[in-house]
Amino acid sequence: MGMIIQGATGDWEVVIGMEVHAQVMSKAKLFSGSATEYGAEQNSQVSFVDAAMPGMLPVINEMAVEQAVRTGLGLKAQINKYSVFDRKNYFYADLPQGYQISQFLQPIVGEGKLTIDLKDGETKEIGITRLHLEQDAGKSIHDQHPTMTLVDLNRSGVALMEIVSEPDIRSPEEAAAYMKKLRSILRYLGTCDGNMEEGSMRADVNVSVRRLGDPLGTRCEMKNLNSVRFIQQAIIYEANRQVDILEEGGEIDQETRLYDSVKGETRSMRSKEEAHDYRYFPDPDLLPLQFDDAFIEKVKADLPELPDEKKARFVSELGITPYDAGVLVAEKEVADYFEAVAKGRDAKLSANWVIGELFGNLNRTSKSLSESPVSADGLGELIDLIKDGTISNRIAKEVFEEMFESGKAAGVIVDEKGLKQVSDTGAIEAAIDEVMAANMDKVEEYRGGKDKLIGFFMGQVMKATGGKANPGVVNKLLKPKLDG
Amino acid sequence: MSLDKATVAKVANLARIRVEEEDLEGLASELNSILDWVEQLGEVDTENTPPMTSVADMQLRWRQDEITDGGYQEDIVANAPSPEDGFFGVPKVIE
Amino acid sequence: MSDLTKLTIAEARDGLKAKKFSARELTAAHITSMDAARGLNAYITETPEVAVEMATRSDEKLANGEGGLMEGIPVAVKDLFCTKDTLTTAASHILDGFKPKYESTVTTNLWNEGAVMLGKVNLDEFAMGSSNETSYYGNVINPWRRSGDDKDLVPGGSSGGSAAAVAAHMAMGATGTDTGGSIRQPAAFTGTVGIKPTYGRCSRWGVVAFASSLDQAGPMTRSVRDASIMLEAMAGFDAKDSTSVEMDVPNFEAALTGDIRGLKIGIPKEYRIDGMSDEIAKLWDQGIEWLKAAGAEIVEISLPHTKYALAAYYIVAPAEASSNLARYDGVRYGLRVEGENLADMYSRTRGEGFGAEVKRRILVGTYALSAGYYDAYYLKAQKVRTRIADDFKEAFKSVDAILTPTAPSAAFAAGEKNNDPLEMYLNDVFTVPASLAGLPGISLPAGLSSEGLPLGLQLLGRPFDEETVLRTAGVLEEAAGFDAEPTAWWKG
Ligand SMILES: [Mg+2]
Ligand SMILES: [Zn+2]
Repeated sequence: MGMIIQGATGDWEVVIGMEVHAQVMSKAKLFSGSATEYGAEQNSQVSFVDAAMPGMLPVINEMAVEQAVRTGLGLKAQINKYSVFDRKNYFYADLPQGYQISQFLQPIVGEGKLTIDLKDGETKEIGITRLHLEQDAGKSIHDQHPTMTLVDLNRSGVALMEIVSEPDIRSPEEAAAYMKKLRSILRYLGTCDGNMEEGSMRADVNVSVRRLGDPLGTRCEMKNLNSVRFIQQAIIYEANRQVDILEEGGEIDQETRLYDSVKGETRSMRSKEEAHDYRYFPDPDLLPLQFDDAFIEKVKADLPELPDEKKARFVSELGITPYDAGVLVAEKEVADYFEAVAKGRDAKLSANWVIGELFGNLNRTSKSLSESPVSADGLGELIDLIKDGTISNRIAKEVFEEMFESGKAAGVIVDEKGLKQVSDTGAIEAAIDEVMAANMDKVEEYRGGKDKLIGFFMGQVMKATGGKANPGVVNKLLKPKLDG
Repeated sequence: MSLDKATVAKVANLARIRVEEEDLEGLASELNSILDWVEQLGEVDTENTPPMTSVADMQLRWRQDEITDGGYQEDIVANAPSPEDGFFGVPKVIE
Repeated sequence: MSDLTKLTIAEARDGLKAKKFSARELTAAHITSMDAARGLNAYITETPEVAVEMATRSDEKLANGEGGLMEGIPVAVKDLFCTKDTLTTAASHILDGFKPKYESTVTTNLWNEGAVMLGKVNLDEFAMGSSNETSYYGNVINPWRRSGDDKDLVPGGSSGGSAAAVAAHMAMGATGTDTGGSIRQPAAFTGTVGIKPTYGRCSRWGVVAFASSLDQAGPMTRSVRDASIMLEAMAGFDAKDSTSVEMDVPNFEAALTGDIRGLKIGIPKEYRIDGMSDEIAKLWDQGIEWLKAAGAEIVEISLPHTKYALAAYYIVAPAEASSNLARYDGVRYGLRVEGENLADMYSRTRGEGFGAEVKRRILVGTYALSAGYYDAYYLKAQKVRTRIADDFKEAFKSVDAILTPTAPSAAFAAGEKNNDPLEMYLNDVFTVPASLAGLPGISLPAGLSSEGLPLGLQLLGRPFDEETVLRTAGVLEEAAGFDAEPTAWWKG
């Protein structure tokens, strides 16, 4: 559902386009051989090229090209076999060359699309305008020195993919879903680690408002938002700000605005705005980037199954509900875990255990899946024990808690604690006899027509067997005995 | 096309080159004479001519994704006018 | 011992191998010569200690019968090449105190072949100029003077220091760089030989960039043979330069067979420009006669877009330069002039750090790339450039090399053409077209003007066919028998 702002003069529709900068997963930088790892000591992952020393030249990293193509394929996009690196010229302390090598008129990837998942299993298609490769800038630190800004160039020259969407997004929720879905796809592809806290994914969000059916309004861009929550908050604030201005008869200035997450508001960045004229031109240190169909085919050949296809398969082949399938495929790690559990087992039961018990326990203990004490094989073993009647579903939950706690295998816990389900009819019959003997009054009442008491007897028998009696067997034996 | 003083000032600002007010006039006339002279390019029919992308008849070479460089912080800041503990110091930027 | 600085590289090489003298003696002779010629202001930084050390190592190698192409040969390096731990200035105030922590590929190649570094030579600031009058370190003075006149002349530019050092025997050879004629034109002005190889032949890695799509390194020497030897030592594929061409370097010296029979030499009619001086026209005709006499076939050709080359060049080069020089911002190296804030610091640093010509070109280039003007200037110029390159492609279908004058005049006096940038730009009229097309070109001295100044002829070749260019140049050199030397007035 689109976001509608009800103003005093009528309804306003919110229109959003996103530019996401995703750091390419690669060992070395886009145009130099220095490392890309996060968190290194200042200026320790910097080459003379990254520091733009005189006479230094760029040489492209093939991995960046491959990752961009892979991402383009994942976004069902046009792959351009001929693209051009341009220089985007501007001065800033953390931009050592005085220009960023980027792609302007001829990007490596053209139009594509991305399907976002909304509430209630609904989906919506968002157009992708383009994806291009470019260099990241360094980092300016403003608060570590009383009179100076300190510049660290470790990130200078790291490969980024800038992924630009069409203005197809209509609400903060859709923006969040877009970001999550894009992150999911990139992580499936292994082209970006999606780590927003470390800045591996940042979004520039363009927001405008308009009367329903009107052409696009003037937009404002909020740069470098690094969390899904901030993206949503910024959109809400900004859309309302624009509506307020328009309702009062004002006009929106096209500008870059900064989202202040502390104050929860956006404000103009006039300082960065002044007379930008990037003077793009093809980088004369580089030739056009070219590859053939064979290269694209090679990348295509080892493309993994992506979340949308996986979801469809889970639904059609495994009989999982679309909602559960959506939950299971959001993270590749989860999907892989689930598939390992479900392999050769009851898929629905496996899904219930992953989404219910496993997620529940992970959430409760704030653990990620990779930190789970219960492996996919371990959970699979537990499910096998349920399936072959060794333990009941109820006991299995107990066993799972214990597995999560101690890391022990399900079979070991069942053995140690003697939780094996009793299916021996003799033992169960004895227990039934015992319970009936102790509750003759209730037996009479039952026989007098109070059928519902069967539940009471069921419970008592289970209790008498320490919960280990096979409920199916109990059920089968109990009724004839009660009926006399 | 004729550049006035204001345009020269704008271009100088874009290029981050400080030009004194009294020098703008002279610069404007120098730039104008160069640009007027360049106007002759308009005589060449380039309707169906692609712009030169590279004089060398070759394809862009790709490098392997290996860490082969970096790891010399001292050399990186060795020539810096204002090095600060391995960083480059610049006048404080207020954002 | 006779004056070792009189030798050519080839003679010195043979003498060293024959142990007639040592590399240290050869180097010492050049250091003495440098001292004596300091008045020419050819060197920005002299590195005699480094030279002696390198020469000593060469002597060790030579003693063992080892050594490279240039073993023990003392050379000068244009101060546009980054040299590790040695001041590198690009003749600009903005690179004050800059000592790179790396060595350019071309100089690395030279040192690997045994060459000895005498020092870093002067140039036009950032290689922008045709007379070596834009250097922050002062003008270079041409060793040549007009007969009967003691007025200082310019050595040409931008490799003016290289040219002067070689002409005055302060180095046996020097590296130069050529963007629009910066090797060939100063060679012509100083009676030396300079070759700009095909774009992509020499690595640009570690060479301070002026205009990336045009810049090429090349040698400046006193003979065609020396140029062949030195070019072979400098050239080679470099994976660190994306525009370096993956191709073996031929034995250039072996190309000097002296035989050009049947070779087709093109004479472009468009180079016979209005107002060409009789002297230059006569020199050109003389060159044609010499080649004919050697058995070459002379073919008149047309390069119809020649007229537009300078204008295209003076958009493309400044545009690229405006971006290449953006890195000089006072943050990581070189000069910093403090300001009120970051932007002010940039503007002051660049305002004071760059000289007038560099600023002028940055402004032209910035304007040519700016919003609304890109298509009319930069894009247009790059299209015209395609047409110029196509002219050459067409011509080289019917000829093997092209002969032209190198420059429209002999060396002029300092200050003579400073007032009008356009008049200065015209110096490059014969050299710029080949630069735009990335072709190899050589200038060699072919005669003296009526005033007793050297004049040069230029030969252009097909891409990566430096061999034909050198071979033909060798024949012209032989025919011209140019052996004039400047009077060593600076010693007095
Ligand atoms: Mg953006
Ligand atoms: Zn970007």
